[in-house]
Amino acid sequence: MYAWWWRTLPGPWWVRLLLSLLVAAAVVLLCFTVVFPAVADHLAVNDATVGG
Amino acid sequence: MIRRAVGVTGELLVTAGVLVLLFVVWQLHWTDLTSERAQAAAVDALQERWDTAPAPTARAAAPTAPAAPAVPDVDQTPPTGDAFAITYVPRFGSDYAVPVVEGIGAEELEDGIGHYPGTAMPGGVGNFAIAGHRVTYGKPFHRVAELQEGDAVVVATADRWYTYRVRRHRIVTPQQVEIIAPVPDRPGEQPTEAWLTMTACHPMYSARERYIVYAQLESSQDRADGPPASLAAVG
Repeated sequence: MYAWWWRTLPGPWWVRLLLSLLVAAAVVLLCFTVVFPAVADHLAVNDATVGG
Repeated sequence: MIRRAVGVTGELLVTAGVLVLLFVVWQLHWTDLTSERAQAAAVDALQERWDTAPAPTARAAAPTAPAAPAVPDVDQTPPTGDAFAITYVPRFGSDYAVPVVEGIGAEELEDGIGHYPGTAMPGGVGNFAIAGHRVTYGKPFHRVAELQEGDAVVVATADRWYTYRVRRHRIVTPQQVEIIAPVPDRPGEQPTEAWLTMTACHPMYSARERYIVYAQLESSQDRADGPPASLAAVG
């Protein structure tokens, strides 16, 4: 999977590395802002309320 | 073919593991950072608003006010999500100041301590019930189990300071809603005293039980009279 990704990327190794880091950063950003908050709502390991 | 399938599966599993680790970092550290910053900003905004705007009572007493009919007994509850008070707990540190937000949904508890809708307002007869995270999202009630009998919990509103004193604590199940009854633990009874109930998760990092602290109103004073002596750090 990652080997395929590396082969698909254009340019010399440092361009591929830069692109990979950019994509990784975008994935982390998406997780932190959208995915993880949504997941956390369903886990509720820190629910502090009664009732509800 | 099988080798490749195994290889890809392995990479997917490693990726999933990294994502799970990332989630833990986000939940335990990142939410603290973002919520702490937002809560500090909310405290600053409240203080600035209270310092600049005249208190509601002062406005009503102003001679320039038009002769309005007697104010009906309006609902004083702020809109859900609005910060309307600041909680200080000297036991948690002299710099501890967390906004109290109306509502106990996930979003409200990210913004501060949540006020159970329908329960008393600060200083009111009945039960001012509030919920806070013990871990994550700024963890305002992180040290709730360190509170001792007699410790001060000070709540500031636009026009008054209220000092509550911790009386006792309990550990209950999430279904035991009687703890936020107007008379704590005695649902249905008519309240004659002003109480404050804090709820937080228990044990830490679990949603199995709730840690409950009851505090009773000891005194209150005008905001104009400055902060109460109860704010002084504990020994």
